[in-house]
Amino acid sequence: MERELAIRLRGAVKRYGEITAVDGLNLSVPVGTCVGLLGPNGAGKSTTMRLLTAQSIADEGEIEVLGFRLPEESKMARAQCGVVPQLDNLDVTLTVEQNLLVFSHLYRVPHTERKAAIERGLEMARLVDRRDTRVDKLSGGMRRRLLIARALIHRPRLVLLDEPTVGLDPQVRQQLWALIDALRTEGTTILMSTHYIEEAQRLADTVLIMSHGECAATGPPSELVLKHAGREVLEVYGPPARLAEVEAQAQSEGLRTRRTGTSISILNVDGFRGFEGERRPANLEDVFVLLTGEEIG
Amino acid sequence: MSVTTAPRPQRLHRLERPAITGVLVREVVNFSSYWRSATFSSTVEPTIYLLAFGFGFGALVNNINGLEPVQFVATGTVATAVLFSAAFPAMFGTFVKYQFQRTYDAILAAPVDTEELVTAETLWIATRAGVYGCVPMVVAVFFGLEPSWGMLTVPLIGWVSGFGWANFGIMTAGFAKSIENFNYIVSAVLTPLFLLAGSFFPLDSFPTWLQVLGNLNPLHQTVELVRDAVFGTWEWNDLARLGLLVVFGLIMWRIAIYAMTRKLID
Repeated sequence: MERELAIRLRGAVKRYGEITAVDGLNLSVPVGTCVGLLGPNGAGKSTTMRLLTAQSIADEGEIEVLGFRLPEESKMARAQCGVVPQLDNLDVTLTVEQNLLVFSHLYRVPHTERKAAIERGLEMARLVDRRDTRVDKLSGGMRRRLLIARALIHRPRLVLLDEPTVGLDPQVRQQLWALIDALRTEGTTILMSTHYIEEAQRLADTVLIMSHGECAATGPPSELVLKHAGREVLEVYGPPARLAEVEAQAQSEGLRTRRTGTSISILNVDGFRGFEGERRPANLEDVFVLLTGEEIG
Repeated sequence: MSVTTAPRPQRLHRLERPAITGVLVREVVNFSSYWRSATFSSTVEPTIYLLAFGFGFGALVNNINGLEPVQFVATGTVATAVLFSAAFPAMFGTFVKYQFQRTYDAILAAPVDTEELVTAETLWIATRAGVYGCVPMVVAVFFGLEPSWGMLTVPLIGWVSGFGWANFGIMTAGFAKSIENFNYIVSAVLTPLFLLAGSFFPLDSFPTWLQVLGNLNPLHQTVELVRDAVFGTWEWNDLARLGLLVVFGLIMWRIAIYAMTRKLID
Protein backbone atom coordinates (compact mmCIF):
# COMPACT_ATOMS: atom_id res chain seq x y z
CA MET A 1 0.00 0.00 0.00
CA GLU A 2 1.27 3.46 -0.90
CA ARG A 3 2.09 5.55 2.16
CA GLU A 4 1.64 9.30 2.18
CA LEU A 5 4.57 11.53 2.96
CA ALA A 6 4.43 14.59 5.18
CA ILE A 7 7.91 15.70 4.10
CA ARG A 8 9.79 14.94 0.92
CA LEU A 9 13.25 16.30 0.15
CA ARG A 10 14.99 15.28 -3.05
CA GLY A 11 18.56 16.34 -3.64
CA ALA A 12 18.27 19.40 -1.39
CA VAL A 13 21.39 21.55 -1.41
CA LYS A 14 22.04 24.63 0.71
CA ARG A 15 25.28 26.55 0.45
CA TYR A 16 26.59 29.46 2.50
CA GLY A 17 29.46 30.80 0.44
CA GLU A 18 32.13 28.11 0.39
CA ILE A 19 30.33 25.97 2.95
CA THR A 20 27.76 23.41 1.85
CA ALA A 21 25.49 22.98 4.87
CA VAL A 22 23.11 20.53 3.21
CA ASP A 23 24.53 18.49 0.38
CA GLY A 24 22.05 16.64 -1.82
CA LEU A 25 19.85 15.46 1.03
CA ASN A 26 16.99 13.04 0.41
CA LEU A 27 14.49 12.72 3.23
CA SER A 28 11.08 11.10 3.43
CA VAL A 29 8.87 11.44 6.47
CA PRO A 30 5.72 9.30 6.24
CA VAL A 31 2.55 10.69 7.79
CA GLY A 32 2.07 9.68 11.42
CA THR A 33 5.68 8.71 12.08
CA CYS A 34 8.51 10.23 14.09
CA VAL A 35 11.73 10.65 12.16
CA GLY A 36 14.93 11.61 13.94
CA LEU A 37 17.68 13.60 12.26
CA LEU A 38 20.75 12.50 14.13
CA GLY A 39 24.07 14.16 13.75
CA PRO A 40 26.77 16.20 15.47
CA ASN A 41 26.79 19.99 15.63
CA GLY A 42 27.34 21.38 12.16
CA ALA A 43 25.95 18.32 10.40
CA GLY A 44 23.22 20.39 8.72
CA LYS A 45 20.27 19.47 10.93
CA SER A 46 19.16 23.00 11.79
CA THR A 47 19.63 24.14 8.19
CA THR A 48 17.41 21.27 7.09
CA MET A 49 14.78 22.44 9.59
CA ARG A 50 15.01 25.99 8.23
CA LEU A 51 14.62 24.69 4.68
CA LEU A 52 11.33 23.12 5.76
CA THR A 53 9.91 26.44 6.95
CA ALA A 54 11.39 28.32 3.97
CA GLN A 55 13.48 30.46 6.31
CA SER A 56 16.33 29.09 4.22
CA ILE A 57 15.88 28.66 0.49
CA ALA A 58 17.49 25.61 -1.11
CA ASP A 59 20.00 26.26 -3.89
CA GLU A 60 19.09 22.97 -5.57
CA GLY A 61 16.61 20.15 -5.17
CA GLU A 62 12.93 19.75 -4.44
CA ILE A 63 11.16 20.17 -1.14
CA GLU A 64 7.54 19.36 -0.40
CA VAL A 65 5.87 19.71 2.99
CA LEU A 66 2.34 18.38 3.49
CA GLY A 67 1.91 18.39 -0.26
CA PHE A 68 3.01 22.01 -0.70
CA ARG A 69 6.01 22.88 -2.85
CA LEU A 70 8.58 25.05 -1.12
CA PRO A 71 9.38 27.87 -1.13
CA GLU A 72 6.43 28.96 -3.31
CA GLU A 73 3.72 27.47 -1.10
CA SER A 74 5.54 27.54 2.21
CA LYS A 75 2.99 29.78 3.88
CA MET A 76 0.30 27.15 3.46
CA ALA A 77 2.63 24.47 4.77
CA ARG A 78 3.58 26.62 7.76
CA ALA A 79 -0.09 27.09 8.62
CA GLN A 80 -0.23 23.36 9.32
CA CYS A 81 3.18 22.95 10.95
CA GLY A 82 4.36 23.60 14.47
CA VAL A 83 7.99 24.51 15.03
CA VAL A 84 9.93 24.13 18.26
CA PRO A 85 13.21 25.99 17.82
CA GLN A 86 16.54 25.05 19.26
CA LEU A 87 16.91 28.50 20.83
CA ASP A 88 14.25 29.70 23.23
CA ASN A 89 12.48 32.65 21.56
CA LEU A 90 9.54 33.11 23.91
CA ASP A 91 8.46 36.64 24.77
CA VAL A 92 10.04 36.77 28.20
CA THR A 93 8.22 39.82 29.52
CA LEU A 94 4.83 38.27 28.75
CA THR A 95 3.02 35.74 30.88
CA VAL A 96 2.63 32.11 29.93
CA GLU A 97 -0.97 32.68 28.84
CA GLN A 98 -0.09 35.81 26.84
CA ASN A 99 2.55 33.86 24.90
CA LEU A 100 -0.05 31.27 23.94
CA LEU A 101 -2.58 33.99 23.11
CA VAL A 102 -0.16 35.70 20.72
CA PHE A 103 0.60 32.49 18.88
CA SER A 104 -3.05 31.50 18.71
CA HIS A 105 -3.44 34.66 16.62
CA LEU A 106 -0.30 34.07 14.56
CA TYR A 107 -1.43 30.52 13.80
CA ARG A 108 -4.94 31.76 12.98
CA VAL A 109 -6.85 29.74 15.56
CA PRO A 110 -10.49 30.78 15.03
CA HIS A 111 -11.84 33.23 17.59
CA THR A 112 -14.38 30.73 18.94
CA GLU A 113 -11.70 28.09 19.55
CA ARG A 114 -8.99 30.35 20.91
CA LYS A 115 -9.82 30.08 24.61
CA ALA A 116 -10.01 26.28 24.48
CA ALA A 117 -6.74 26.13 22.52
CA ILE A 118 -4.97 28.19 25.17
CA GLU A 119 -6.35 26.02 27.98
CA ARG A 120 -5.25 22.91 26.11
CA GLY A 121 -1.78 24.43 25.69
CA LEU A 122 -1.56 25.27 29.39
CA GLU A 123 -2.52 21.72 30.31
CA MET A 124 -0.12 20.20 27.82
CA ALA A 125 2.72 22.32 29.20
CA ARG A 126 1.52 21.55 32.73
CA LEU A 127 1.50 25.27 33.43
CA VAL A 128 -2.15 25.83 34.30
CA ASP A 129 -1.26 27.22 37.72
CA ARG A 130 1.49 29.35 36.17
CA ARG A 131 -0.66 30.98 33.50
CA ASP A 132 -0.07 34.46 34.92
CA THR A 133 3.64 33.98 35.56
CA ARG A 134 6.05 35.95 33.40
CA VAL A 135 8.19 33.70 31.24
CA ASP A 136 11.43 35.08 32.68
CA LYS A 137 10.34 33.66 36.04
CA LEU A 138 9.99 30.10 34.70
CA SER A 139 12.58 27.32 34.95
CA GLY A 140 14.33 26.03 31.83
CA GLY A 141 12.13 22.94 31.72
CA MET A 142 8.93 24.95 32.02
CA ARG A 143 10.04 27.24 29.21
CA ARG A 144 10.75 24.26 26.96
CA ARG A 145 7.33 22.79 27.70
CA LEU A 146 5.78 26.15 26.89
CA LEU A 147 7.72 26.30 23.61
CA ILE A 148 6.28 22.92 22.65
CA ALA A 149 2.74 23.89 23.70
CA ARG A 150 3.09 27.13 21.71
CA ALA A 151 4.00 25.15 18.59
CA LEU A 152 0.96 22.91 19.06
CA ILE A 153 -1.61 25.64 19.76
CA HIS A 154 -3.27 25.14 16.34
CA ARG A 155 -3.15 21.33 16.36
CA PRO A 156 -0.58 21.06 13.55
CA ARG A 157 -0.39 17.98 11.34
CA LEU A 158 3.40 18.15 11.35
CA VAL A 159 5.74 19.17 14.17
CA LEU A 160 9.37 20.14 13.62
CA LEU A 161 11.45 19.81 16.78
CA ASP A 162 14.94 21.26 16.48
CA GLU A 163 17.08 19.82 19.28
CA PRO A 164 14.14 19.88 21.69
CA THR A 165 16.07 18.86 24.79
CA VAL A 166 19.48 20.41 24.19
CA GLY A 167 21.03 21.81 27.34
CA LEU A 168 18.42 20.39 29.70
CA ASP A 169 19.08 18.19 32.71
CA PRO A 170 18.14 14.48 32.53
CA GLN A 171 14.86 14.76 34.51
CA VAL A 172 13.56 17.59 32.33
CA ARG A 173 14.68 15.74 29.22
CA GLN A 174 12.62 12.72 30.24
CA GLN A 175 9.57 14.91 30.87
CA LEU A 176 9.86 16.25 27.34
CA TRP A 177 10.35 12.77 25.92
CA ALA A 178 7.04 11.79 27.51
CA LEU A 179 5.40 14.82 25.92
CA ILE A 180 6.83 14.04 22.47
CA ASP A 181 5.94 10.37 22.82
CA ALA A 182 2.33 11.34 23.62
CA LEU A 183 2.23 13.45 20.47
CA ARG A 184 3.54 10.57 18.40
CA THR A 185 0.98 8.24 19.91
CA GLU A 186 -1.78 10.67 18.92
CA GLY A 187 -0.63 10.33 15.31
CA THR A 188 1.10 13.68 14.81
CA THR A 189 3.93 13.50 12.30
CA ILE A 190 7.21 14.55 13.90
CA LEU A 191 10.59 15.44 12.49
CA MET A 192 13.06 15.84 15.31
CA SER A 193 16.69 16.82 15.05
CA THR A 194 18.94 15.76 17.88
CA HIS A 195 22.50 14.94 18.69
CA TYR A 196 21.47 12.75 21.60
CA ILE A 197 21.66 9.06 20.62
CA GLU A 198 19.28 7.96 23.35
CA GLU A 199 16.68 10.51 22.29
CA ALA A 200 16.66 9.27 18.72
CA GLN A 201 16.65 5.64 19.76
CA ARG A 202 13.72 6.09 22.16
CA LEU A 203 11.47 8.35 20.13
CA ALA A 204 12.14 7.89 16.45
CA ASP A 205 10.51 5.27 14.25
CA THR A 206 13.16 6.04 11.65
CA VAL A 207 16.54 7.69 12.05
CA LEU A 208 18.46 9.57 9.39
CA ILE A 209 22.10 9.94 10.31
CA MET A 210 23.50 13.16 8.92
CA SER A 211 27.12 14.02 8.45
CA HIS A 212 28.53 17.01 6.58
CA GLY A 213 25.10 17.81 5.18
CA GLU A 214 24.57 14.35 3.72
CA CYS A 215 22.60 11.29 4.67
CA ALA A 216 25.03 8.67 5.97
CA ALA A 217 22.35 6.07 6.67
CA THR A 218 18.64 5.85 7.26
CA GLY A 219 16.24 3.30 8.70
CA PRO A 220 14.61 2.16 11.93
CA PRO A 221 17.16 2.35 14.78
CA SER A 222 17.15 -1.39 15.48
CA GLU A 223 17.60 -2.20 11.78
CA LEU A 224 20.45 0.27 11.43
CA VAL A 225 22.19 -1.23 14.42
CA LEU A 226 21.71 -4.77 13.19
CA LYS A 227 22.80 -3.93 9.67
CA HIS A 228 25.94 -1.98 10.53
CA ALA A 229 27.03 -3.16 13.98
CA GLY A 230 25.39 -6.55 14.44
CA ARG A 231 23.93 -7.72 17.73
CA GLU A 232 27.03 -7.67 19.87
CA VAL A 233 30.10 -5.50 20.22
CA LEU A 234 33.30 -6.48 21.94
CA GLU A 235 35.04 -3.78 23.95
CA VAL A 236 38.75 -4.45 24.31
CA TYR A 237 40.71 -2.35 26.80
CA GLY A 238 44.42 -1.89 27.02
CA PRO A 239 47.37 0.39 26.32
CA PRO A 240 47.47 2.17 22.93
CA ALA A 241 49.93 -0.33 21.43
CA ARG A 242 47.71 -3.24 22.37
CA LEU A 243 44.62 -1.47 20.96
CA ALA A 244 46.43 -0.86 17.67
CA GLU A 245 47.41 -4.52 17.52
CA VAL A 246 43.80 -5.67 18.21
CA GLU A 247 42.47 -3.22 15.65
CA ALA A 248 44.78 -4.50 12.94
CA GLN A 249 44.04 -8.11 13.79
CA ALA A 250 40.24 -7.55 13.82
CA GLN A 251 40.37 -5.81 10.50
CA SER A 252 42.41 -8.61 9.00
CA GLU A 253 39.62 -10.95 10.12
CA GLY A 254 37.17 -8.77 8.16
CA LEU A 255 35.64 -7.18 11.27
CA ARG A 256 34.79 -3.50 11.59
CA THR A 257 36.16 -1.54 14.52
CA ARG A 258 35.85 1.85 16.11
CA ARG A 259 37.98 3.64 18.67
CA THR A 260 36.17 4.71 21.85
CA GLY A 261 38.81 6.61 23.80
CA THR A 262 40.31 4.04 26.17
CA SER A 263 39.12 1.00 24.27
CA ILE A 264 38.51 -0.36 20.84
CA SER A 265 35.09 -1.66 19.87
CA ILE A 266 34.91 -4.59 17.51
CA LEU A 267 31.54 -4.60 15.82
CA ASN A 268 29.40 -7.47 14.67
CA VAL A 269 31.15 -10.11 16.80
CA ASP A 270 28.05 -12.32 17.09
CA GLY A 271 29.54 -15.78 17.67
CA PHE A 272 33.15 -14.61 17.14
CA ARG A 273 35.55 -15.70 19.88
CA GLY A 274 38.90 -14.24 18.82
CA PHE A 275 39.59 -11.65 21.55
CA GLU A 276 39.24 -11.22 25.27
CA GLY A 277 37.01 -8.30 26.21
CA GLU A 278 33.60 -7.18 27.42
CA ARG A 279 30.61 -7.99 25.28
CA ARG A 280 27.72 -5.56 25.12
CA PRO A 281 24.73 -5.04 22.83
CA ALA A 282 25.49 -2.94 19.75
CA ASN A 283 23.88 0.49 19.73
CA LEU A 284 23.16 3.44 17.49
CA GLU A 285 26.30 5.25 18.57
CA ASP A 286 28.36 2.38 17.16
CA VAL A 287 26.58 2.88 13.85
CA PHE A 288 27.05 6.61 13.86
CA VAL A 289 30.75 6.52 14.63
CA LEU A 290 31.30 3.70 12.18
CA LEU A 291 29.58 5.52 9.34
CA THR A 292 30.77 9.02 9.96
CA GLY A 293 33.92 8.69 11.98
CA GLU A 294 32.59 11.30 14.39
CA GLU A 295 31.94 11.03 18.10
CA ILE A 296 28.61 12.44 19.23
CA GLY A 297 27.16 13.64 22.53
CA MET B 1 5.28 6.82 -1.54
CA SER B 2 3.27 9.91 -2.43
CA VAL B 3 3.29 13.28 -0.76
CA THR B 4 0.21 13.94 1.33
CA THR B 5 -2.22 16.31 -0.31
CA ALA B 6 -5.39 16.39 1.79
CA PRO B 7 -6.88 18.47 3.22
CA ARG B 8 -5.67 21.35 1.07
CA PRO B 9 -6.55 24.70 2.62
CA GLN B 10 -7.54 27.85 0.85
CA ARG B 11 -4.61 29.38 -0.97
CA LEU B 12 -2.85 32.04 1.10
CA HIS B 13 -1.88 35.35 -0.41
CA ARG B 14 0.42 38.31 0.17
CA LEU B 15 -0.34 40.88 2.86
CA GLU B 16 -3.11 38.95 4.54
CA ARG B 17 -5.10 40.54 7.32
CA PRO B 18 -4.82 37.56 9.75
CA ALA B 19 -1.03 37.59 9.46
CA ILE B 20 -0.80 41.35 10.02
CA THR B 21 -3.31 41.13 12.87
CA GLY B 22 -1.28 38.34 14.48
CA VAL B 23 1.87 40.46 14.53
CA LEU B 24 -0.08 43.49 15.74
CA VAL B 25 -1.60 41.46 18.57
CA ARG B 26 1.89 40.48 19.64
CA GLU B 27 2.97 44.12 19.64
CA VAL B 28 -0.09 45.31 21.54
CA VAL B 29 0.20 42.57 24.17
CA ASN B 30 3.92 43.30 24.54
CA PHE B 31 3.22 47.01 24.77
CA SER B 32 1.18 46.33 27.91
CA SER B 33 4.42 45.27 29.59
CA TYR B 34 6.54 48.29 28.63
CA TRP B 35 4.16 51.15 27.85
CA ARG B 36 5.32 53.21 30.79
CA SER B 37 8.95 53.38 29.73
CA ALA B 38 8.08 53.78 26.05
CA THR B 39 5.65 56.59 26.79
CA PHE B 40 8.13 58.26 29.11
CA SER B 41 10.97 58.29 26.61
CA SER B 42 8.78 59.25 23.67
CA THR B 43 7.13 62.17 25.41
CA VAL B 44 9.48 63.57 28.00
CA GLU B 45 12.38 64.16 25.62
CA PRO B 46 10.46 66.24 23.06
CA THR B 47 8.74 68.07 25.87
CA ILE B 48 12.10 69.06 27.31
CA TYR B 49 13.12 70.31 23.87
CA LEU B 50 9.89 72.28 23.72
CA LEU B 51 10.40 73.89 27.09
CA ALA B 52 14.12 74.51 26.66
CA PHE B 53 14.02 75.87 23.10
CA GLY B 54 10.63 77.51 23.41
CA PHE B 55 11.40 79.48 26.50
CA GLY B 56 15.08 79.79 25.66
CA PHE B 57 14.36 81.49 22.34
CA GLY B 58 11.49 83.32 23.93
CA ALA B 59 13.99 85.19 26.06
CA LEU B 60 15.94 86.25 22.95
CA VAL B 61 13.32 86.92 20.28
CA ASN B 62 9.69 88.00 20.28
CA ASN B 63 8.56 86.08 17.24
CA ILE B 64 9.78 83.59 14.67
CA ASN B 65 8.13 83.86 11.26
CA GLY B 66 5.22 85.64 12.87
CA LEU B 67 4.77 83.07 15.64
CA GLU B 68 5.59 83.25 19.31
CA PRO B 69 8.69 81.13 20.04
CA VAL B 70 6.72 78.61 22.13
CA GLN B 71 4.16 78.21 19.35
CA PHE B 72 6.87 77.87 16.72
CA VAL B 73 8.86 75.31 18.69
CA ALA B 74 5.80 73.40 19.98
CA THR B 75 4.56 72.69 16.47
CA GLY B 76 8.08 71.92 15.29
CA THR B 77 8.68 69.53 18.16
CA VAL B 78 5.75 67.39 17.03
CA ALA B 79 7.93 66.20 14.16
CA THR B 80 10.80 65.57 16.57
CA ALA B 81 8.50 63.46 18.74
CA VAL B 82 7.35 61.53 15.68
CA LEU B 83 10.95 60.89 14.68
CA PHE B 84 11.96 59.83 18.18
CA SER B 85 9.01 57.50 18.62
CA ALA B 86 9.25 55.96 15.14
CA ALA B 87 12.82 55.72 13.86
CA PHE B 88 14.55 54.84 17.12
CA PRO B 89 12.18 52.11 18.37
CA ALA B 90 12.13 50.68 14.85
CA MET B 91 15.91 50.56 14.63
CA PHE B 92 16.66 49.17 18.06
CA GLY B 93 13.49 47.12 18.46
CA THR B 94 13.92 45.38 15.13
CA PHE B 95 17.58 44.63 15.73
CA VAL B 96 16.92 43.22 19.21
CA LYS B 97 14.02 41.12 17.97
CA TYR B 98 15.95 39.41 15.20
CA GLN B 99 19.43 39.32 16.68
CA PHE B 100 18.95 38.72 20.40
CA GLN B 101 15.40 37.61 21.09
CA ARG B 102 14.99 35.60 17.86
CA THR B 103 11.36 36.69 17.88
CA TYR B 104 11.18 36.94 14.11
CA ASP B 105 12.33 33.33 13.70
CA ALA B 106 9.30 32.28 15.71
CA ILE B 107 6.93 34.55 13.79
CA LEU B 108 8.22 33.48 10.38
CA ALA B 109 7.76 29.82 11.31
CA ALA B 110 4.02 30.66 11.50
CA PRO B 111 2.04 31.55 8.35
CA VAL B 112 3.48 35.06 8.25
CA ASP B 113 5.82 36.36 5.52
CA THR B 114 8.52 38.99 5.94
CA GLU B 115 6.43 41.50 3.99
CA GLU B 116 3.56 41.06 6.44
CA LEU B 117 5.87 41.15 9.42
CA VAL B 118 7.47 44.45 8.35
CA THR B 119 4.11 45.94 7.41
CA ALA B 120 2.54 45.08 10.75
CA GLU B 121 5.52 46.35 12.71
CA THR B 122 5.57 49.63 10.84
CA LEU B 123 1.80 50.12 11.16
CA TRP B 124 2.07 49.69 14.90
CA ILE B 125 5.06 52.01 15.27
CA ALA B 126 3.42 54.62 13.03
CA THR B 127 0.29 54.53 15.17
CA ARG B 128 2.31 55.04 18.32
CA ALA B 129 4.24 57.86 16.65
CA GLY B 130 1.00 59.53 15.59
CA VAL B 131 -0.18 59.54 19.19
CA TYR B 132 3.13 60.40 20.86
CA GLY B 133 3.75 63.13 18.32
CA CYS B 134 0.82 65.07 19.75
CA VAL B 135 2.29 65.26 23.24
CA PRO B 136 4.41 68.42 22.75
CA MET B 137 1.41 70.10 21.14
CA VAL B 138 -0.86 69.19 24.06
CA VAL B 139 1.78 70.32 26.57
CA ALA B 140 2.13 73.59 24.67
CA VAL B 141 -1.60 74.24 25.05
CA PHE B 142 -0.89 74.66 28.76
CA PHE B 143 1.79 77.21 27.88
CA GLY B 144 -0.34 79.38 25.63
CA LEU B 145 -0.77 77.51 22.34
CA GLU B 146 -4.33 78.17 21.31
CA PRO B 147 -6.41 75.02 20.62
CA SER B 148 -7.73 74.71 17.06
CA TRP B 149 -9.77 72.23 15.01
CA GLY B 150 -6.78 71.71 12.78
CA MET B 151 -5.00 70.05 15.69
CA LEU B 152 -7.25 67.03 15.17
CA THR B 153 -5.40 66.28 11.93
CA VAL B 154 -1.99 66.26 13.63
CA PRO B 155 -2.18 62.55 14.68
CA LEU B 156 -2.83 61.69 11.04
CA ILE B 157 0.13 63.77 9.86
CA GLY B 158 2.23 62.13 12.58
CA TRP B 159 1.02 58.71 11.42
CA VAL B 160 1.95 59.31 7.78
CA SER B 161 5.34 60.69 8.76
CA GLY B 162 5.82 57.97 11.38
CA PHE B 163 5.12 55.30 8.76
CA GLY B 164 8.10 56.52 6.76
CA TRP B 165 10.40 56.89 9.75
CA ALA B 166 9.41 53.49 11.16
CA ASN B 167 10.29 51.91 7.83
CA PHE B 168 13.51 53.92 7.77
CA GLY B 169 14.38 52.44 11.19
CA ILE B 170 13.49 48.88 10.14
CA MET B 171 15.48 49.32 6.94
CA THR B 172 18.48 50.53 8.93
CA ALA B 173 18.21 47.54 11.28
CA GLY B 174 17.90 45.24 8.28
CA PHE B 175 21.12 46.47 6.73
CA ALA B 176 23.05 46.84 10.02
CA LYS B 177 25.70 44.25 10.74
CA SER B 178 25.91 45.21 14.40
CA ILE B 179 24.03 47.51 16.72
CA GLU B 180 27.06 49.84 16.77
CA ASN B 181 26.33 50.61 13.09
CA PHE B 182 23.42 52.71 14.31
CA ASN B 183 25.89 55.32 15.55
CA TYR B 184 26.68 56.21 11.92
CA ILE B 185 23.02 56.59 11.06
CA VAL B 186 22.20 58.67 14.12
CA SER B 187 25.18 60.99 13.68
CA ALA B 188 25.33 61.25 9.90
CA VAL B 189 21.66 61.02 8.94
CA LEU B 190 19.15 61.55 11.72
CA THR B 191 20.86 64.39 13.58
CA PRO B 192 21.33 66.55 10.44
CA LEU B 193 17.77 65.84 9.34
CA PHE B 194 16.53 66.68 12.82
CA LEU B 195 18.38 70.01 12.85
CA LEU B 196 17.49 70.78 9.24
CA ALA B 197 13.76 70.31 9.79
CA GLY B 198 12.84 73.84 10.75
CA SER B 199 11.64 72.67 14.15
CA PHE B 200 13.61 75.16 16.22
CA PHE B 201 14.59 77.83 13.70
CA PRO B 202 13.20 78.64 10.26
CA LEU B 203 14.88 77.12 7.24
CA ASP B 204 15.12 80.52 5.53
CA SER B 205 17.88 81.44 7.96
CA PHE B 206 20.10 78.80 6.32
CA PRO B 207 22.22 79.16 3.14
CA THR B 208 20.29 78.45 -0.05
CA TRP B 209 21.82 75.02 -0.67
CA LEU B 210 20.82 73.94 2.82
CA GLN B 211 17.31 75.27 2.24
CA VAL B 212 17.06 73.12 -0.90
CA LEU B 213 18.22 70.07 1.05
CA GLY B 214 15.87 70.98 3.87
CA ASN B 215 12.91 71.01 1.54
CA LEU B 216 13.69 67.42 0.60
CA ASN B 217 13.72 66.47 4.27
CA PRO B 218 10.51 64.58 5.17
CA LEU B 219 10.85 65.86 8.72
CA HIS B 220 10.67 69.45 7.44
CA GLN B 221 7.53 68.63 5.49
CA THR B 222 6.07 67.17 8.67
CA VAL B 223 6.89 70.37 10.56
CA GLU B 224 5.29 72.57 7.89
CA LEU B 225 2.17 70.42 7.67
CA VAL B 226 1.72 70.46 11.44
CA ARG B 227 2.14 74.23 11.60
CA ASP B 228 -0.34 74.80 8.79
CA ALA B 229 -2.80 72.41 10.47
CA VAL B 230 -2.49 73.95 13.92
CA PHE B 231 -2.62 77.58 12.77
CA GLY B 232 -5.12 77.02 9.96
CA THR B 233 -2.75 78.28 7.28
CA TRP B 234 -3.41 75.53 4.74
CA GLU B 235 -2.01 76.07 1.26
CA TRP B 236 -2.16 74.02 -1.91
CA ASN B 237 1.48 73.10 -1.58
CA ASP B 238 0.57 71.21 1.59
CA LEU B 239 -0.80 68.55 -0.71
CA ALA B 240 2.64 68.28 -2.29
CA ARG B 241 4.17 68.04 1.20
CA LEU B 242 1.75 65.26 2.09
CA GLY B 243 2.52 63.54 -1.20
CA LEU B 244 6.21 63.71 -0.47
CA LEU B 245 5.64 62.06 2.92
CA VAL B 246 3.55 59.33 1.31
CA VAL B 247 6.19 58.68 -1.34
CA PHE B 248 8.90 58.69 1.34
CA GLY B 249 6.89 56.16 3.36
CA LEU B 250 6.21 53.87 0.42
CA ILE B 251 9.83 53.87 -0.76
CA MET B 252 11.08 53.20 2.76
CA TRP B 253 8.49 50.44 3.19
CA ARG B 254 9.65 48.51 0.14
CA ILE B 255 13.33 48.95 1.01
CA ALA B 256 12.64 47.87 4.62
CA ILE B 257 10.96 44.69 3.32
CA TYR B 258 13.90 44.03 1.01
CA ALA B 259 16.43 44.58 3.80
CA MET B 260 14.59 42.39 6.28
CA THR B 261 14.04 39.62 3.74
CA ARG B 262 17.78 39.55 3.13
CA LYS B 263 18.36 39.46 6.86
CA LEU B 264 15.77 36.86 7.84
CA ILE B 265 15.60 34.51 4.86
CA ASP B 266 18.90 33.01 3.78
